[in-house]
Amino acid sequence: MIATAIHIAFVLVSAALALNFWRLLKGPSSPDRILALDTLYINTIALLVLFGIHIGSALYFEAALLIALMGFVGTVAMCKYLLRGDIIE
Amino acid sequence: MGLAYLTFIPFIGAAFTTVSTRLGRYSSAWVAVITAAASLSLLLPLAHDVMAGQTIIQHASQWVPSLGLNIAFRLDGLSLLFTLMILLIGLVVIIYARYYLSPRDSMGRFYAYLLLFMGSMLGIVLSENIIQLLIFWELTSLSSFLLISYWQQREEASRGARMALTITGGGGLAMLGGFLLLGKIAGSYELSSILESGDMIRQHALYPYMLILILLGVFTKSAQFPFHFWLPNAMAAPTPVSSYLHSATMVKAGIFLLARFFPALSGTPEWTWIVTLTGLITFLTGAYIALFKHDMKALLAYSTISHLGLIVMLFGIGTPLAVVAAVFHIMNHAIFKASLFMLAGIVDHETGTRDMRQLRGLRKYMPYTALLTMIAAASMAGIPFLNGFLSKEMFFAETVEHGNSMALPWLLPLIVTAGGIFAAAYSIRIAHNVFFNGKAEDLPKIPHEPSRGMQIPVEILVGLCLLTGIFPAQIAGPMLSVAVTSTLQTTAPDYQLAIWHGVNPALIMSMVAVAGGILVYRSREALFTLQSRFDGMFEAKRIYNGAIRRLFNWSSSITMNVDNLSQKRMLWLLFVASIVMGASGFIVHDAPLAGARTMLPVDPMSAMVAFIMIAAAISTVVMHQQRFTALVLVSAVGLGVALTFIKFSAPDLALTQLSVEFITVVLLLLALFFLPQRTPDESDRLRQGRDIVIALLAGSGVAALSYAVLTREYSTIGDYFISNSVSGGGGANVVNVLLVDFRGFDTMGEITVLALAGIGIYAMLDKLKLLSPQQDEDGRPWNPDTHPVVMATFSRLLLPLALMVSIFILLRGHNLPGGGFIAGLVTSVALIVQYLANGVEWTRTKLPANTHPLIGSGLLIAASTGVASWYFSYPFLTSTFHHFHIPLLGDLELASAMAFDLGVYLVVVGTSLLILINLGLIHQVSYQPRITKKNLASPTTDSDTTPSRSAALKKVLPWKR
Repeated sequence: MIATAIHIAFVLVSAALALNFWRLLKGPSSPDRILALDTLYINTIALLVLFGIHIGSALYFEAALLIALMGFVGTVAMCKYLLRGDIIE
Repeated sequence: MGLAYLTFIPFIGAAFTTVSTRLGRYSSAWVAVITAAASLSLLLPLAHDVMAGQTIIQHASQWVPSLGLNIAFRLDGLSLLFTLMILLIGLVVIIYARYYLSPRDSMGRFYAYLLLFMGSMLGIVLSENIIQLLIFWELTSLSSFLLISYWQQREEASRGARMALTITGGGGLAMLGGFLLLGKIAGSYELSSILESGDMIRQHALYPYMLILILLGVFTKSAQFPFHFWLPNAMAAPTPVSSYLHSATMVKAGIFLLARFFPALSGTPEWTWIVTLTGLITFLTGAYIALFKHDMKALLAYSTISHLGLIVMLFGIGTPLAVVAAVFHIMNHAIFKASLFMLAGIVDHETGTRDMRQLRGLRKYMPYTALLTMIAAASMAGIPFLNGFLSKEMFFAETVEHGNSMALPWLLPLIVTAGGIFAAAYSIRIAHNVFFNGKAEDLPKIPHEPSRGMQIPVEILVGLCLLTGIFPAQIAGPMLSVAVTSTLQTTAPDYQLAIWHGVNPALIMSMVAVAGGILVYRSREALFTLQSRFDGMFEAKRIYNGAIRRLFNWSSSITMNVDNLSQKRMLWLLFVASIVMGASGFIVHDAPLAGARTMLPVDPMSAMVAFIMIAAAISTVVMHQQRFTALVLVSAVGLGVALTFIKFSAPDLALTQLSVEFITVVLLLLALFFLPQRTPDESDRLRQGRDIVIALLAGSGVAALSYAVLTREYSTIGDYFISNSVSGGGGANVVNVLLVDFRGFDTMGEITVLALAGIGIYAMLDKLKLLSPQQDEDGRPWNPDTHPVVMATFSRLLLPLALMVSIFILLRGHNLPGGGFIAGLVTSVALIVQYLANGVEWTRTKLPANTHPLIGSGLLIAASTGVASWYFSYPFLTSTFHHFHIPLLGDLELASAMAFDLGVYLVVVGTSLLILINLGLIHQVSYQPRITKKNLASPTTDSDTTPSRSAALKKVLPWKR
């Protein structure tokens, strides 16, 4: 049962990733791209957690955790850049 | 172990002298005196045995046993003589320098260099292992460089120092080659066995090459023709240095080697011819040039060259009696020349000049100094009842003896007497010209006797000249006999140390030399005029300078031919070259591209991640002119790489990749702020086409190569580490155990480099002022809200969570993915985000602003875990681990490597914060007036525009003054 669910989830998350990536390429404006990248991070987290459940290992959890943590910082930095130009002031 | 301590005490003392200057100006002189005295006190108990004829060999420790290298020390008669010279003259020079240096000179630095030299020189004469000897040899070149350039603001000092280092360093390199050959021939690097296998060494086919290489080292160090010219240029050093290094000790290091290797290398025609001729030419040219030098120190420098040539020549002649004369003259020359240099220093110190065209009649003002100078100069000239006379007469006798074996028996004594005439003439000049010769006038200072502190050292040395000259057998006899015995490695020949040997050829030569010297000196004016016609014609210094200039031009022309400063061209060449080389391998040898391994099935997930990576990479290239967009796109590539690492079971790599990725984004954004937002078109269509083709070829080449490698079966070194990780390093995470344990030394080096890079960047950014753009790319003004509340609030919430994550990653790193490096990056990202969202000022009030202590303590922790293993007599950085049972927490395994990892963590945090924050602050006070597109982001040096920068910086960077 869970195996089927995971497979369906894989397909859906993959589709989300592909669409995020499309937005990342297309833009058209910089905020669009930052948003697309941030969503790409979030879907990657989902992907990693799914992968961990799939092979029954907790080893990938930290990577997901780090993406969650660092992705936020990356997004903040990029947004600050658009707003103020200088990110550390 | 006594000898090892004796050698290393000056190095420790050198560290103390610099610190001790805080206790007052003269404390460093005291430290230096105590250091030399301590070494001397360790020597004396051993000296007793050596005087009784023993050779003391002490093996201190193993060094690289697999190469036959051990740290070992040797004390025999010869090294005892040199050790005494180094320490006693050193002691005298230390006292003299205390009064010589002016209040503007840094005493701590001077004595630190001087003790550094003393230790290195002791290392040369006390080494049993010749490779160890060579290291000390190079150290003397380095410390001599530091001492010559002691007055750094003087151009001639730094030029002289560079020249000395180039010549002696080059000679040291040749000597390393010679020593390696010698070690190969003799089968050992230990002196004891080298000295015993003299016959085998001399018959070996490689002997001539080895001899020439070693002699190159000897002749450069001892300023033999044609390498003599560095010595006069080294006279830019303070006079105590000239007296100590460049007359008494360092220049004798080459001669020491001649003596040391005498039993092993001498006696062949090659030896006799090369060494004797070099010595003879140096003896003559040195003596001749010395007479025409008007600078007192230059005269003494050339006379030193001449006397060194004399000693070298005696070793070349190579009879046992010649060796006696050589060793005796080493002692005598060191004593009278060191005192003469000090006297020249006194004259310079009290009159303000050393120019003998200006100096005259000083006898009236400094009669005592005049007396001392006359005695020392008389010894140099070879006047009876002084030590110089004795060894010089032995030298004359030896040349007569050696001349008898040649076709023209009168030739060699004649040439040598001519040299003796000039030696007598310049000796007379230095005494007469300066202290008599009319009335003193037009001197920069009114001369007077120097302080007692400067006289006492000279008195000691001049007293030794007299004592040795009058009672040679009692004063110098015992020392000379053991030194000669250990030089020859057999019993010393019969010789008599006496003033009167009867009327013999040597005495006649001495008399002729002195009488001729007086005559030459009297007719000096005519000679000077004659000589001035040839001024600068045969100057070795000019040849050297020309050679150096040509070398520089040559190397820069090669560089310019390859690199015309166009990065595109360099990359183009690099890629084409690697494509050609790679492709030629494929074409010439026919191996199948794919190996035998079966491919893994492709799952749709991996395929999609791969597709995203490829597409993101391509679009980064396509959109690279829009820099911000390219940055966003390349982040997606980084994410894909991290996912690939995860897929192929490398979670540590993935974590590292992710952390580095985000740090890099922050770094690039900081830099991008000061750069144009768009890259202009840089190539025309044609070139773009060419570059695309090259890029595609190179990329496909790398892909083909990895395909070829990955489809083949191969065994990696990984298996070893995987099977030994738990048993050897006490951790289940192989990657981390590898970093902190198996390869801990590498990591130690890496964090040191990281810290250095951080400090370097800090130093470079320190005074940097950059204009910042006042509006964004599309001309919109920046948002006035510097720190939006939402962002600030959420970032603060993030901090504890992020710190917890990083500590978690740090602690479990030894067994599960993680470790100090990743944890450090996570922590610094967590802290950076506070700066980012709340501003520097706010964050500085909450966090210590200075990250230097963080870096320093990290390095200290890492290094001390390494050193701690010495305490348990294990090699550096051996780690240990133990299981502990702690209530509530259960079984815990603690490894000493975890402390090391903590050091790594601290260095990473400190360095990345240091770099990022300082990079963010370089525009701190930006240029306020309107900025047009044209001068956007151009750096400025106009200080008028940023008057308040330093004030503002003080506010935010409290450590900045």
